[in-house]
Amino acid sequence: MKIAVCIKRVPDSETRVKIAADGKALDESGVKFVMNPYDEFAVEEALRRKEQAGTGAGEVTVICLGPGAAQETIRTALAMGADRGVLLQADKIPADPFDVARMIAAELKSTSWDLILFGRMAIDDYNHQVGTLTAELLGLPCVTAISHLEIEGTKGLAEREIEGGIEVVEFPLPAVLTADKGLNEPRYPALKGIMAAKKKPLEVKPVQASAGAFEVVALSPPPERKEGKIVGEGVGAVGELVRLLREEAKVL
Amino acid sequence: MTPALAVLELRDGVLRKISHEVVTGSQRLGRGVDAVLCASGAVQGADQIGKFGADKVITLTNPAFAKYAPEECAQAIAERAKQGRYRAVIFAASATGKDLAPRVAARLGVGVAADITDLAVEGDAITVTRPVYAGKALLKVKVASQPAVLSLRPNVFTPVERPKAGTPELAAVTVAPGRVVVREVKAAPAGTLDVAEAQIIISGGRGLKEPANFKVLEELAKAFGGKAAVGASRAVVDAGWRAHADQVGQTGKTVSPSLYIAVGISGAIQHLAGMRTSKVIVAINKDKDAPIFKVADYGVVGDLFEIVPRLTEEIRKLHG
Repeated sequence: MKIAVCIKRVPDSETRVKIAADGKALDESGVKFVMNPYDEFAVEEALRRKEQAGTGAGEVTVICLGPGAAQETIRTALAMGADRGVLLQADKIPADPFDVARMIAAELKSTSWDLILFGRMAIDDYNHQVGTLTAELLGLPCVTAISHLEIEGTKGLAEREIEGGIEVVEFPLPAVLTADKGLNEPRYPALKGIMAAKKKPLEVKPVQASAGAFEVVALSPPPERKEGKIVGEGVGAVGELVRLLREEAKVL
Repeated sequence: MTPALAVLELRDGVLRKISHEVVTGSQRLGRGVDAVLCASGAVQGADQIGKFGADKVITLTNPAFAKYAPEECAQAIAERAKQGRYRAVIFAASATGKDLAPRVAARLGVGVAADITDLAVEGDAITVTRPVYAGKALLKVKVASQPAVLSLRPNVFTPVERPKAGTPELAAVTVAPGRVVVREVKAAPAGTLDVAEAQIIISGGRGLKEPANFKVLEELAKAFGGKAAVGASRAVVDAGWRAHADQVGQTGKTVSPSLYIAVGISGAIQHLAGMRTSKVIVAINKDKDAPIFKVADYGVVGDLFEIVPRLTEEIRKLHG
């Protein structure tokens, strides 16, 4: 079973957002970068599928579009147990997700994969579409935001959460799937894995992004919420809270 | 500029309320709105869409559309978008919209400006605003793709009645059978409202101390008479107290209700990411220094097990 997992290097969610001098990007100085949390579910799922396939029967390739420093993100996935990595090296990730998908699809196209996994979205840009766009470009079936997966032969069954229920979806392999929380519990890289990762192949391929149809105009802090107030302490404050919600906020 | 095509959504054969938001939001482009939906036949409530500003309501019919059929719907909508040379194709950023929009966009050779909270037309360009970095920044993007494919964050574009003709059109379409098939939908127990759709959300965190204590929040939700849902922080979902479907935050749902009541939730950044666009935020927490009070409009410091039941009583009085 040949599995590709597409991952992204993102700022840790606890990052303090500082806007760069050009007013269009994140000031990356002092920012801690991590593997996108949804991609961890994708990596874990790939490893489990490979392990189920048995020794020598599966291979997991991790693909990442990003700057040189994203090699570290790939090494994390290799330390978890992936076999090899490919960095599509670009200084800047295009603002247009269609360009991102095109670059990833161009890399994936040359191999016939049984399964291609993504996280359902990246926690920095909230685009939640690169997996689907890539699937469409490759002409593969795609199931998004899956929280449960069963595979038998070339048939897959996945569950995805929708508002007010769970959709049970059938699809044939090869396919592109995007992972949601709940799919599995990602493992932590063990020391042995971290050592082994250093020796695993990691290929760096420079890529060039086209101009794209999305132009960033500005990145700005969100409007400050109006200064809130502590209504009071304990049960005694409830009456006043209800009054404020009715008369001031007008939500009751 | 040609009109916008607003993509409507169905559940159990009925038009979802979120569809009204999409029609309202689509009018911001100022060149008229055609609404489109995929269904197996005529749809209840489709004739009401004109009320929210649709010039035309197009129902594309095919037996495959009896359930959500991602590949078939994508084909039909992309085809219609091409034929009509629409300037923009606009979805709701709901679970279905997030699944469908990129499928349609790819077929039109463009990307999606996803989960937007504002849009405007400046000259001939469409400019959108989207929360990024866990809501800690807003990204303003000029979208030059033809068409522009957008998805609107739910509960942000408040439906406004602006009656237009709403001329109905029923068009049978042929589609190639899809490979991805929705076999069934396991519905949540009757009467449970999804946090992503609720006008009022009462969320609980570790301060609830144990799973059974969520009953206190459920009682409060009930007092709001079916308008409120109970949400949860990541900590209690990870601990197995509540289902992931209830989780609000970065690895859960992003919500924008008119009232969000955070009970026993400290307010980690990853939680704020999911609820900071709520219209009014109330925090109830025993720790007066909890970060949740920094984003809350109204805070009450104290024991939630005393405060919440009293609040429930007061709300019952209002609704009784």
